[in-house]
Amino acid sequence: MSDPLLKIENLHVAVEGKQILRGLNLVVRPGEIHAIMGPNGSGKSTLSNALMGHPNYQVTDGAVTYKGQEIQEWPADERARQGIFLAFQYPTAIPGVSLGNFLLAAVRNVRGAANVKPLEFRKELMACMKDLGIRQDFAGRYVNEGFSGGEKKRVEILQMAMLKPSLAILDETDSGLDIDALRIVAEGVNRQVTPEMGVLVITHYQRLLDYIKPHFVHVLVAGRIVQSGGPELALELEARGYDELLRTHGADAAPVVAGA
Amino acid sequence: MADASTEAAIVQQIRSDYQYGFSDAEDYVFKSGKGLTRELIMEISRIKQEPEWMLEIRLKAFEVFKSKPMPTWGADLSGIDFDDIHYYVRPSEKAETDWDDVPEYIKNTFDRLGIPEAERKFLAGVSAQYESEVVYHSIREDLEKLGVIFLDMDGALRQFPEIVRQYFGTVIPMADNKFAALNTAVWSGGSFIYVPEGVKVDIPLQAYFRINAQSMGQFERTLIITAPGSFVHYIEGCTAPVYSKDSLHAAVVELIALEGSKIRYTTIQNWSNNVYNLVTKRAKAFRNAAVEWIDGNLGSKITMKYPAIFLMEEGARGEVLSIAFAGKGQHQDAGAKMVHLAPHTSSTVLSKSISKDGGRASYRGLVKVLPKAEKIRSNVRCDALILDPESRSDTYPTMDIGNQDVHIGHEATVSKVGDEQVFYLMSRGLSEDDAITMIVNGFFEPFTKELPLEYAVELNRLIKLEMEGSVG
Repeated sequence: MSDPLLKIENLHVAVEGKQILRGLNLVVRPGEIHAIMGPNGSGKSTLSNALMGHPNYQVTDGAVTYKGQEIQEWPADERARQGIFLAFQYPTAIPGVSLGNFLLAAVRNVRGAANVKPLEFRKELMACMKDLGIRQDFAGRYVNEGFSGGEKKRVEILQMAMLKPSLAILDETDSGLDIDALRIVAEGVNRQVTPEMGVLVITHYQRLLDYIKPHFVHVLVAGRIVQSGGPELALELEARGYDELLRTHGADAAPVVAGA
Repeated sequence: MADASTEAAIVQQIRSDYQYGFSDAEDYVFKSGKGLTRELIMEISRIKQEPEWMLEIRLKAFEVFKSKPMPTWGADLSGIDFDDIHYYVRPSEKAETDWDDVPEYIKNTFDRLGIPEAERKFLAGVSAQYESEVVYHSIREDLEKLGVIFLDMDGALRQFPEIVRQYFGTVIPMADNKFAALNTAVWSGGSFIYVPEGVKVDIPLQAYFRINAQSMGQFERTLIITAPGSFVHYIEGCTAPVYSKDSLHAAVVELIALEGSKIRYTTIQNWSNNVYNLVTKRAKAFRNAAVEWIDGNLGSKITMKYPAIFLMEEGARGEVLSIAFAGKGQHQDAGAKMVHLAPHTSSTVLSKSISKDGGRASYRGLVKVLPKAEKIRSNVRCDALILDPESRSDTYPTMDIGNQDVHIGHEATVSKVGDEQVFYLMSRGLSEDDAITMIVNGFFEPFTKELPLEYAVELNRLIKLEMEGSVG
């Protein structure tokens, strides 16, 4: 087995003093696609924000190792430069900054300015936009300003295509997408997946996993992974729902005895 | 009080942050002592060999200046000591039209500021003012042949005294405010532009203002007249050395846009942080004429400036697009005045300000509609971005609407740089500094996109410099 790309051990994360993740363990190796499923409030977005290094998400215990290095002290920009990418659930608008200029700055920072030639960059950008069905004039539009939900998600995947991460975290990329947009976005992701890359697909619903086929599925409830399995687990969950798992593992369930 | 050595160290520190903060040794033809007297005004007029009527205007304005109290509204002007200012400094004998004839040390300064290079690349004419006098001006030959006049104000008074006499002080009377009176008394330099009927000056004319001496007062006077159907874009830039003592810049700018003509007036003010910048700018726009003030305020200690447009006749349009950047120790009190005197006139104000490191940015604006001015449209929007809790932003809009059949909009927003925006950009590999700079540049984008490319690039660079080290 190859060395883990990402290793999460006993991760505890608090947001504004509230403990959200409470001992999460996960190993992602190169070439693997993992799906993390869970009900609302189980800590899915907390996990993605914490992995990207959002300053409001405090790691209170545990460790995250990426390519063999502890990354707890790395700010978000360092993580990005080292190949971690987060496709946001709710991408933020940056008024007055064109998507093209933003991406050029991003690509220069991640690949190194000397490795980015403006003309080649432009060609690459146009090709990627075409693949994702994004009109060329979007390069001149302000980042996420006035974009529809589907356009925002496509543009997230466009950024992923340009930044070529080693570890991609897709946070609820399917939310707000109709079935056609979902297919385009998923195909975009699939085209980018390489044998060296790890992907973490975070989702509430199973339907995205019809398009992006995970090797492993994990169920997140109340800040912990309570069940892991193959792709069939996603289908099971879709059939049964989260209710039973919430009753056994939810925050309202009887406290788990330490070490149990 | 800081002793001399720490003061020097502080000045040195500021100089290293502000790239235009260098100064030249003084080698002047004439430098007045400190303070302003009737005799000095007569001396200035004599040196300039002015007609008698101009001297009379100056002396009258001097009395008005003395009689008017300091403004007590707006920014704090109590630090100005009128007796501690050099009112007239003449660096050379005349305004040269050949760059080679400009005194060497002045040439070097403007070289460092990139002026001759800019002229070669993308300007139709250039004027360079150093202290009180324009030392160099030029205009593209083809424009001169079309009858476009682009001179320093003193040269215009000598060559076209009748035109100057006809328009001088007709837009901004000497008694308008204390600093307009002061300017009228001691004015020197500035630009005079006349564009004949139907002539469209396709690329910008530029003036550059440089203060060099310590405790200097610069009082340029600019007058632009566009004849019917003509167009001109005028750009001015300004810088000064960093000193521990303050300088005063009190310009008066009058624009007259005759029927169907258009004036665009762009300012990139980047004075060092020891300059009081108290400027009166006003335009009259006649039938179907348009005036645009594109006003960028980055530098200075205190700026009080409210570019105004009087919409005199039907169909006149006015636009003010301004940005202000108030950093440490700075107060940018800027805004706009729109006065609708005629029906079917329209005005737009977009003001964007940023305050950081304890800086203070204020928007002060007036929209006035006279009773007979029906069916006018006016839209005012002010956006403020505050970068840290120490900084401050205020909005003081005044509406004086004398007619009910009008369409008026006003909108003001105050925001902070959002954590989510910074995180989003950082998650794409930008450092925190770069992320905030990008957000700030985006905030100013509606202004920047109106500038010629070279200026837009320069402005973004200046903002980047201002933003450096803004994150602790």
